[in-house]
Amino acid sequence: MPKALAAVAVDATKMNCFISIKTLNPFFAATVYRAKNLLLPILLLIFISSSSLAVILPAERADVMYHRYDGGGMVIDGPSVLIRKNFAEKYSFSANYYVDSVSSASIDVLTLGASAYSEERIETSGDFTLLHEKSLINIGYTKSDENDYRASSFRIDLSQDFFGDMSTLSIGYSQGDDDISKTGDALFADTLTTKQYRAGFSQILTRHLIANINYESIISQGYLQNPYRFILIDDPGTPGVYQIDEEVYPNTRNSDALSFKLSYHLPWSAAIKSRLGYYSDSWGIDALSLALDYSQKLRSKWIVDFRVRQYEQSAADFYSNTFSPESAKQNFVGRDKELSEFTSLSAGVGASYEWNFRRGIDKARVNIQYDYLFFDYDNFREVTTETTAAFGKGQEPLYDFDAYTLRVFFSVWY
Amino acid sequence: MNAIKCIMLLSLLQASACSIKPWVKPYHRAKLAEEIMLYDRDPVSDGYVHHVRQAREGARGAEGAGGGGCGCN
Repeated sequence: MPKALAAVAVDATKMNCFISIKTLNPFFAATVYRAKNLLLPILLLIFISSSSLAVILPAERADVMYHRYDGGGMVIDGPSVLIRKNFAEKYSFSANYYVDSVSSASIDVLTLGASAYSEERIETSGDFTLLHEKSLINIGYTKSDENDYRASSFRIDLSQDFFGDMSTLSIGYSQGDDDISKTGDALFADTLTTKQYRAGFSQILTRHLIANINYESIISQGYLQNPYRFILIDDPGTPGVYQIDEEVYPNTRNSDALSFKLSYHLPWSAAIKSRLGYYSDSWGIDALSLALDYSQKLRSKWIVDFRVRQYEQSAADFYSNTFSPESAKQNFVGRDKELSEFTSLSAGVGASYEWNFRRGIDKARVNIQYDYLFFDYDNFREVTTETTAAFGKGQEPLYDFDAYTLRVFFSVWY
Repeated sequence: MNAIKCIMLLSLLQASACSIKPWVKPYHRAKLAEEIMLYDRDPVSDGYVHHVRQAREGARGAEGAGGGGCGCN
């Protein structure tokens, strides 16, 4: 008998002791007798519901997904395949194959007057999970290859249920080692090491509400800038055109991120989920995000999702849209729009349809998710030859762009 | 006398602490266990969303494991 079911059986024995039939009158005795006939289905229901919340192995499933991002002059799409298989009710293995096919003429490319480029990134990962009583141990390895960037990382995560399986504590560590090269510069080679320490706590608060808090500290050391990106120097001696120079970032970046999540089951077959995120790092970036998700089950076959999210961040200390010839000589300089001050808004909708089977596989599901994203920059300008000629140096319009992501995937549980 | 009072007080505190028991029983967790309550309902899809955000936002972490390079420039 599985341990979880055995535990429930013990609880049921205690319940029988508590409701002694001898102390009841015949009417109540008959009621209890009928209730005992329902005991097995009730036990199964309890087992299913409790085991779904306790620390358990991930479900055995296979997913095939097509993903696409289109916006800001970039199109990135490709497949992702994820397969998971469990053994002996204690071990779980998964493997993922993921591809990003990039075609880019982003604002960074246009600012430099460079040509659009294409590249491909292939990511493969493997994952092993061990279930031991109320503990889950997960280790994983990920490898990513681009023509000029190779990354590998491993991680280990532990989680433990306690307090009647109402609370879950998890801790984890990851380390990534990246090798960076530069197309067209055979002499360029550098490295980056990233260490991540994380902890999480999940708590069931009521029959309908779960809270979750996560903290993660990330320490990066090595080459953190982009070898293809340049800063713009506004030299009064060269009217109408910018000088350019290489970015220089600090060699270390330490960050702290905290998130607080709530999931609430509504009185009907729906759930509303919220996530509040706070972030701060040693480069001076502070960020705040708020997301709301609504999921609705319809006729037991359909699930529809609606979501909105807002994200805003301040700029890094060494970021500037343009630099004067003097300020360009400071220790650190950067013009990455991801380091500028900006706000992004996104709204998404999705739907899935499920088929159930009695033989072979358990169920199958087709899923489509669409998200619209809008990025609005406060101190990053749309610098091109045309805008600089039309508006003058430093007066180009502030940059903004919209994009969409599409995920279409087919999943099978077995 | 004070020592006895302290022991009694500590005993009372210990008893009250022990009396805090899990208040949502396993058989009351059916709704919590529904998959619509999950943030990471579909790992293949959620991993992609984290990757997109990681590539376009300065913030990172406390959202799930990520990997590798970014293909984001």
